[in-house]
Amino acid sequence: MKAHLEAPVTEPLSLENVTRRYRGLTALAGVQLALRSGEVLAVIGPSGCGKSTLLELVAGLQEPDEGVVTVLGATSAAERRASCAYMPQRDLLLPWRDALDNAGLALECQGIRRAEARRRAAPLFERFGLAEFEHVRPAELSGGMRQRVAFLRTLLPGRPLLLLDEPFGALDSITRAAMQEWLAEALAQEPRTVLLVTHDVEEAIFLADRVAVLSPRPGRVVAQLDVQLPRPRSTTDPAFVELKRETLEALRT
Amino acid sequence: MTRLLLAALLLGLFVLVWQGVASLESVDDLLVASPVETAEALYDEFDLLWDNALVTLVEVLLGLAVAVPLGVLLAVGMHLVRPLRDAAYPLLVASQAIPIVVLAPIFVLAFDYGIGPKIAIVALICFLPVTVNLLDGLRSVPPELLKLMRSLGASRLRSLRSVELPAALPSLFSGLKIAATVSVIGAVFGEWAGADEGLGRLVLLANNQLETPRVYAGTVLLTLMAVGLFLAVVAAERIACPWTRKEKLV
Repeated sequence: MKAHLEAPVTEPLSLENVTRRYRGLTALAGVQLALRSGEVLAVIGPSGCGKSTLLELVAGLQEPDEGVVTVLGATSAAERRASCAYMPQRDLLLPWRDALDNAGLALECQGIRRAEARRRAAPLFERFGLAEFEHVRPAELSGGMRQRVAFLRTLLPGRPLLLLDEPFGALDSITRAAMQEWLAEALAQEPRTVLLVTHDVEEAIFLADRVAVLSPRPGRVVAQLDVQLPRPRSTTDPAFVELKRETLEALRT
Repeated sequence: MTRLLLAALLLGLFVLVWQGVASLESVDDLLVASPVETAEALYDEFDLLWDNALVTLVEVLLGLAVAVPLGVLLAVGMHLVRPLRDAAYPLLVASQAIPIVVLAPIFVLAFDYGIGPKIAIVALICFLPVTVNLLDGLRSVPPELLKLMRSLGASRLRSLRSVELPAALPSLFSGLKIAATVSVIGAVFGEWAGADEGLGRLVLLANNQLETPRVYAGTVLLTLMAVGLFLAVVAAERIACPWTRKEKLV
């Protein structure tokens, strides 16, 4: 670990011994994780292992029962919320707003006027393949398009840490593959520190620099694998396939 | 279009049966007015009917003007303040359980003979559908959406303005549709309890005087008034909530 030698750079995110319980059920038990600046970390695990809980803890939407969550040196929930851009599993676009207004919602929540929010969102539509869809309402957009708008909404406030909760879980597999390539491209253009939660091993390896494997409930980190494959990655590359096998093995134990 | 045609067909059939029954030898003209007689009354006594209809319409509109803002404020208040919701909900339901027929004379006694009690009665029966529907709409916003707003740093008021109120707008219109149709009933009850003008009073009077065609003509106008109000709400909804428009309603 180089981070300890080059000390003063604050880690974007660290979880120390984080435990979370719900009504007697332990969702997460002593989770230990840290992210480097600019890193994409995928957390993978079986359903019900507390992946979404983990993201909500980081996002400042929940508090841990034990342990400490630190985002950019801050531990309070309000400060964590201010540093994180959280993208939930469903796109949650507002049906009465057009795509541009939906993307601008995050800015409006920070007190920016609607017209100004639209003005700032517009150039991103060009860059992320949504040109000419600015004035379309969500009901007329495809699932993949909606997810892109939701991603722009997440990106716009310029928060340093992106939290993605199974961002493509609700899409069909063809759209999902296209969206994974799109996200990899988007992150290459707009590098951020990303915590990605997924149950899709291929998605994790395709997008991440590192994969952390959670055990079934109560969730704890049982393995961490570095993904040192060049980008753009191919799911049929033998090294990719080998890594996938290793991850699946880690999931089984 | 087909639906409109079917509705017109059913209405035509109804008028035909009505005419048939009214024309029967054994049916007394004093008891049942035929559609033709009703139409004649509408034409011959139009000025009388119209003047009184305007009085009732004003009662209805003023009643709605009181009920709708009050209902909206109450719903938003109950949504934001949990103790207020718990305290007010049973009272709201109870307020509707009181038979309006009984309440109307009490109102007229308590206030006066003029337009005041009519507005109060219309408002009383109209605000509940508005409040209950809007409150349901406000509460049906998915919790994930509110969580997202919280993560985006939205204040409580921002969430209310940007998410909950627009999401509840179609529910508000459902409430307004009910309010529009019952408002006319409220005004009629108000007039029956004591009034010197209005369509409700005119119908009651005509009934006592065995002016059956006038009773029918007044009833037709009252029905048209309620239908007109309902259609106005439908039109307003289509303008205000274009995203809910999947197919043409009328």
